[in-house]
Amino acid sequence: MTLKAKDAPDLGSFTWDDPFLLEAQLTEEERMLRDAAAEFAQSKLQPRVIDAYARETVAPEIFPEMGQAGLLGATLPEEYGGLGAGYVTYGLIAREVERVDSGYRSMMSVQSSLVIYPIYAYGSEEQRQKYLPGLCDGSLIGCFGLTEPDAGSDPGGMKTRAEKTEGGYRLSGSKMWISNAPIADVFVVWAKSDAHDGKIRGFVLEKGLKGLSAPKIGGKQSLRASVTGEIVMDGVEVGEEALLPNVEGLKGPFGCLNRARYGIAWGVMGAAEFCWHGARQYGLDRKQFRKPLAQTQLFQKKLADMQTEITLGLQAALRVGRLMDEARAAPEMISLIKRNNCGKALEIARMARDMHGGNGISEEFQVIRHMMNLETVNTYEGTHDVHALILGRAQTGLQAFF
Amino acid sequence: MKVLVPVKRVIDYNVKVRVKADGSGVDLANVKMSMNPFDEIAVEEAIRLKEEGVASEVVAVSIGVKQAQETLRTALAMGADRAILIVAADDVHTDIEPLAVAKLLAAVVKEEEPGLVLAGKQAIDNDMNATGQMLSALLGWSQATFASEVTIEGDHALVTREVDGGLQTIKAKMPCIVTVDLRLNEPRYASLPNIMKAKKKPLDEKTPDDYGVDVSPRLSIVKTAEPPTRKAGVKVGSVDELITKLKDEAGVI
Repeated sequence: MTLKAKDAPDLGSFTWDDPFLLEAQLTEEERMLRDAAAEFAQSKLQPRVIDAYARETVAPEIFPEMGQAGLLGATLPEEYGGLGAGYVTYGLIAREVERVDSGYRSMMSVQSSLVIYPIYAYGSEEQRQKYLPGLCDGSLIGCFGLTEPDAGSDPGGMKTRAEKTEGGYRLSGSKMWISNAPIADVFVVWAKSDAHDGKIRGFVLEKGLKGLSAPKIGGKQSLRASVTGEIVMDGVEVGEEALLPNVEGLKGPFGCLNRARYGIAWGVMGAAEFCWHGARQYGLDRKQFRKPLAQTQLFQKKLADMQTEITLGLQAALRVGRLMDEARAAPEMISLIKRNNCGKALEIARMARDMHGGNGISEEFQVIRHMMNLETVNTYEGTHDVHALILGRAQTGLQAFF
Repeated sequence: MKVLVPVKRVIDYNVKVRVKADGSGVDLANVKMSMNPFDEIAVEEAIRLKEEGVASEVVAVSIGVKQAQETLRTALAMGADRAILIVAADDVHTDIEPLAVAKLLAAVVKEEEPGLVLAGKQAIDNDMNATGQMLSALLGWSQATFASEVTIEGDHALVTREVDGGLQTIKAKMPCIVTVDLRLNEPRYASLPNIMKAKKKPLDEKTPDDYGVDVSPRLSIVKTAEPPTRKAGVKVGSVDELITKLKDEAGVI
C-alpha cells in the first residue's frame, strides 16, 4: 500500500523568511493589498526616512500620499472613503509601513484607529460626513488626546474638564505626547464632562478654535520622523455638535486603542523583520577571521532566535486578526500580542544592532533607528508592564494596578 | 478599438528557483507567483492606449490553473476592464504549451474581435518566445515583435523594435499582434482602492472545451537541471606554468 502524503518520510521544504508559510494563510485579496502597501512604503517612504529622522522634519504631505494610496481608514466602508477591508489587511499594511519606520506607522495608526475609527463608531452621521472622507484621503490630519502630563497608564486620572455652556461645552486641560498634534486639523480629545456626571466623553475639535494650541515636543531621540506635541485647551468653546454622542466612559478611548494596539502588534513585526534580514545579510557579507560572521555559532543562535520570535509573533497577530474579523477578539488577546510583539521586536532590534558591530550605530544600516523607535512603541499604547497587569487580572481576577 | 492582453501566471522574478529532486521541473509549491513581467508591460501599454482614447476597452485573458485569476485581478486592478480565465490545468506544475495557448487565444480573438493583441514577448518561466508569433500565423494577422515603442496611426501600427545593434521601425497593418519588450514602458502599481474596485469587474471563467481546443502536451521534458556551479580557480607560480596549463590542460594555445 502506498503511503499517504502526510505519512511520507520526506517532509516539505523550508522557507527561511516565512517558516510557517504565512503567505499561504492569506487570501488573494490580502496578498494583493499587502503588495500594494509594500510598494508604496518602499517607493514613497523609504527614500525619505533617513533624512527625515536625522533632521526631525515634519512631512504633512505624507498624509495625502497615504490617503491616495488607500492606506488610511482601511477597515472603513467605501461610502465614507475607506477600503472596506478587514483587520488582517489593516495589520498587513501596518507591517509594511513599519518595515520602513515606526514613526510613519504611528502617523497612520493614529489617523486610522484613533481618529477615523471613533468618529465612525461613536460619531453622529453629520460628524461622519463632515470628517471621514477628508481623513481617509489625507486632506485632513487627525490626532487623539487622551494621555496627560499626570495621567499616562492611568487615563481615568485625567484632569481635562468639559463644562456645560449654553449650547455646548467649554474644555480646559492639557494633553501630552500626542502624535500628529502640531500639524492636526481635527482633534479627538477625551474629557470628564460635568454635564454627564463627570464621565469621560469624546469631543471633536478643529484647528483654529480660540484657546486651542498644539506646541511641538522637541528633542525626541525616538520616532523622529513623526511629529509629537501637546494639546493645550484654555477654555476652548465648542457647540453641542462637537460631542461624540454614542459612547461614554473609558470604553470610548479603549475601543480605539484596542484597534491601534492590534495594528502595532503587526507593525513591530515589520520593523523586526527589517532588522533580522539586515543582520542576516550583514553576517553573510562581513568576513572576520577569514570567514563570514554568519558562519559562527553565536551569530546563528541570534538569527534563530529572531526567526523564531518573528514567526510566532506574526502567527499570533494573524490569529487575532482573524478573530477581529469574526468579531470574536477580546481586549486581553490584543494585550498579549501587543506586549509580546513589541518586547520581542525591541530585543531583536537591539540584537541586530549588536550583530552589525560598529556599523550598527550608523544611520546607513538603519537598525539603530528601528531600535530607538521601538523603545517608544514598547511604551506607548499601554506599556509592556501595564499589559502584563491586564493579563494578570484576567487570569487571577485580582487587579494589581493600584 | 478593443485591446486583448494575454497574461501568464509565472514564478515571481525575485524567487530563487529550485529544481525538483526528480528533475521533472521547477518546484512551485509554496512559491510566490506573479504576473509575467513582460505581460505587465503589455497591460500597462493597453491601459495607456485607453487613457489616450485610442482603445475603448481592455480585456485581459489568462490560460492556466484556477489560481491565475489572481493574475487577472492584478490586471483589473491596474485598469483592465474585464477578464477571461481559461482553466486548462489542475496542477500548478502543468505548463500549457505555446501552440495550445495560441489556439485558445485565436478562439478568444474570434469571439472578442479585438483590433489589437498586446502580449509579452515571452514568459520568464520557460522563455519560449513563441505564442505571439504562433497566434499571428493562426489568425493570418500581421505581427510586430520586441516592441519598444507602439503608436497607432489609423489602420496601421507603427512599432519600434529592439534588434541587434539598433532600432527598427516597422509599419504593421491592423488588426495585428504586438509582442512587447522590456523598455516599452514602466508598469504602474495597482493602488489599494483600485484592488478593491477590481473585485467588482467581470471575470468570466471558461475551459478549453468551450473553445474546442486540445491542450494535451506535445513536448516531453527530458531533464531539468541547475546551471553548473563554477569551479574554483587555481593559482599558478610562474608564466611558464601558466603557458603549460593553457597548452596541456585548457588546450587553448
